[in-house]
Amino acid sequence: MNKKKPEYGLLIDYEYCTGCHSCEVACAQEYGHKPGVRGIKVFEVEQKLADGRSYLTYFPFPTESCILCPHLTRNGFDPPCVKHCMAACMKFGRIEDLAAEMRKKPRMVLWVPK
Amino acid sequence: MKVKPRSSDTEIIRTTSWSAGPGCHGSCGVLAHIKNGKLVKIEGDPDHPWNQGRLCARCLAMTQYVYHPQRLTRPLKRKGKRGEGKWEEISWDEALDLIEEKLGGIRKEYGAESVVFSMGTGRDISPWLCMLAYAYGSPNVMFALSGNACYSPRIAAVETVLGDYCVPDASQWLQSRYEDPRYKIPKCLVVWGYNIPNTCPDNIFGHWFVDLMKRGTEIVSIDPRLTWFSSRAKHWLRLRPGTDGALAMGFLNTIIEENLYDRGFVETWTNAPFLIRKDTHTLLRESHLRKDGSPDNFVAWDSSAERAAVWDSRRAGYQSGNPRPALQGDAFVDLADGSRVECRTVWDAFCEQVRQYPLDRVEEITGVPKKEIRAAARFYAQSSPASIHWGLPIDSTPGITPTAQAITALWCITGNLEIPGGNIIARNAFECVSYALPGAEGVIKLASKELDQKRISIDKYGPFRKFIWRAQTDTVLDQIFTGKPYPIKAIYMQTGNLVAGIGFEPKKWIEALKKLDFVAAVDLFMTPTTQYADVVLPAATFLEKNSVRSWWVPLQSINKAISVDGCRPDVEINFELAKRFDPNLKWGSVEELFDDILTNSGMTFKELQQKTWAIPPEGNPSAPYRRHEKGLLRKDGQPGFQTSSGKIELYSSLREEWGLEPLPHYEEPPFTAVSRPDLAKEYPLILSTGRRSFAFFNAEHRMIPWLRELDPFPTVEIHPDTARGLGIEDGEWVWIENWLGRQQFKAKLTIAVMPQMVMAAHGWWFPEEDGAEPSLFGALKSNINQLIPMGAQGKDGLGSPIKNLLCKVYKVNGRN
Repeated sequence: MNKKKPEYGLLIDYEYCTGCHSCEVACAQEYGHKPGVRGIKVFEVEQKLADGRSYLTYFPFPTESCILCPHLTRNGFDPPCVKHCMAACMKFGRIEDLAAEMRKKPRMVLWVPK
Repeated sequence: MKVKPRSSDTEIIRTTSWSAGPGCHGSCGVLAHIKNGKLVKIEGDPDHPWNQGRLCARCLAMTQYVYHPQRLTRPLKRKGKRGEGKWEEISWDEALDLIEEKLGGIRKEYGAESVVFSMGTGRDISPWLCMLAYAYGSPNVMFALSGNACYSPRIAAVETVLGDYCVPDASQWLQSRYEDPRYKIPKCLVVWGYNIPNTCPDNIFGHWFVDLMKRGTEIVSIDPRLTWFSSRAKHWLRLRPGTDGALAMGFLNTIIEENLYDRGFVETWTNAPFLIRKDTHTLLRESHLRKDGSPDNFVAWDSSAERAAVWDSRRAGYQSGNPRPALQGDAFVDLADGSRVECRTVWDAFCEQVRQYPLDRVEEITGVPKKEIRAAARFYAQSSPASIHWGLPIDSTPGITPTAQAITALWCITGNLEIPGGNIIARNAFECVSYALPGAEGVIKLASKELDQKRISIDKYGPFRKFIWRAQTDTVLDQIFTGKPYPIKAIYMQTGNLVAGIGFEPKKWIEALKKLDFVAAVDLFMTPTTQYADVVLPAATFLEKNSVRSWWVPLQSINKAISVDGCRPDVEINFELAKRFDPNLKWGSVEELFDDILTNSGMTFKELQQKTWAIPPEGNPSAPYRRHEKGLLRKDGQPGFQTSSGKIELYSSLREEWGLEPLPHYEEPPFTAVSRPDLAKEYPLILSTGRRSFAFFNAEHRMIPWLRELDPFPTVEIHPDTARGLGIEDGEWVWIENWLGRQQFKAKLTIAVMPQMVMAAHGWWFPEEDGAEPSLFGALKSNINQLIPMGAQGKDGLGSPIKNLLCKVYKVNGRN
């Protein structure tokens, strides 16, 4: 088991994720992943709401392969998924800073990958 | 051009992504990382105002695209029969000699017009295809979609109304974008038939609208499908596909009945006060009043002097005095022949037309509850600024032009034209034109106007005479078979996939290709269409070329970052051929051509390359705002517009001259349950297609592993209730069938579509399968275009029923 305590995470504002999949391909490019391997994956959720409306949500989920790109973040660059997000709805940072951001608006999720 | 690299062995080139590669019409700034001459990585350029560092999946997959093992890298010459899939590699010299010899012979025997130069959607290919066609002497450049039904019809329609084209203002004319103090965030954005996140059609970066929503813009979504935008809209109007025109008339109805329009704007800037004769139902012209009067001048009623006032179209002003033109009411006017005619104003006629669409009727046509229509129309009209962005569904009906006239009238009469955050006039930055979209004229042209008179259908359709410089596609296909009025002998196709992507009734196109004496194709991969060529030339991606991008804003250079052995840029291929066909070609080199295109910018190509992008400054005719007030739109510097009258023409004088209905209205598409109840009995479901995939640009990218993985199968979206009734399960293969044929798709059960419709994916072929006939990379088994008719264009030659057909759906037995 990895005993190192997590320090960094990804904050996703899923209100604005449009399901463009840029994060997935940006990650595949960075690591030269073979098809089928992704560090992050976008899911689509179709919802029927209680008031009869339909609602469509997308959210990117960092997979077991996500290592938060230390080779880039150490040098002050964003991970490629964050950098290329077409909706600019992802943020990389320290867990406590990102958690504080969550107070600003609803529909956010904070991921702390492995 | 060069950016400081992060490591010593890598070079970073700043360039512009356009056409081959991501395939789209976008204009993203990218940084290409090059190591030992090879592309190792591509990133969004954070300094570029267009994408601000972001980049889509298709561009991010460029390393797989550029070095794809199936990519064409040598010219190929056909060995066997067309479609047999037998090829031999030849040198570039042999290939160009062959094309010169064959096309040269055809020109000699049948005339240059016998060769059609065909393309898919226009990108950094169209200008060079035109250059070649015009150097060869043929006016027949074809955008190969039936009814030319992608963008050109909307551009032509808006030009018919106001003399220029308009786009929503998402601050793209300002370097610092949303932060620029001149800009205003729209309070309301109407997203009319546009699934923004997917592939940025129409030269708009779709996620600008997401940026705007974060800054407070609220959305009216007009879409039969549940999209990301309709989910988040303040008002979502879920209309029956193809009824957009009726809905637009309903919006106008609410706005006029409830007095929500900008009366001052209507009086000053539109032709609303002009008089229409009640006897002929045509515009009253000065030539009717005086024998020596001009037929181009119109007449209003001066309510202070109680007499007719002549509007001088040439000067865009009244001939004398300072009349107070009446907006409403009837008037009797004395004519040159001594008779007296009763007239009414354009505004009265326009309002009467709009009153033909009470919301009860609009609800019946569109299926949208009238309460929702009224609420959305009020919200649009009462928000300032408010903006409308429309997508391809507007072109997807033969009634495109009257629909677009209605929507254009919306942003005009509500005073949202040319204001920050409204709909603004879109001209090519610095008025540099390489790709002449409807209405534009650049340096690439035919040697004489006479040569253009042979253009296919120029004699048949008004917009093709006035704005659209292409051959009408359906007429071309007919002419290949009939040979009338003159034979078509050859086709030069450049990156357009007639069989699997852009051609409706693809079997007809195959037959047509087989009939020709000579077929040349330029592409990056072998496709089902290139199978029918005699010679195939391998083209370059945007990373492998220098070029100019002049489309709205910014003005950009594409800067060569790498070479791929054997591949050549479209512009260089065509330039070489153009020189052979026209020894007096205006330009000595490709760079001279670029410099010529850039003349109006005051920059040379090299200078532009140093900047990579340039935005025209305020005061330039290609930069907003309120140009009509400042006299920046007209060549004579007068306030007003570049229309025949100098006014916004709510009643189109051009359409009157072309014998078409001058006022906006709704036309029921030709193959719906309403227009063809007989067909609907057998084919009860609405068939829609053309929705964009985030992974592919139309028929491209099926061979790119990172992208194909995102969207592996041709799907048809079916509502779960409908599927249940048909015994269809999620993921099951189904037939979609209508009177033109049947094709197989994988069912995706989703509430995104309404129960009465299905949405089938387009552009499907399977590069992993055999390319030779009969397989043709599987292009004839999941090809929805087989179910879309050719020849269903509108009265003005435009539009096609792409999203409002009929079909039935049933299980494929034995395929899972």
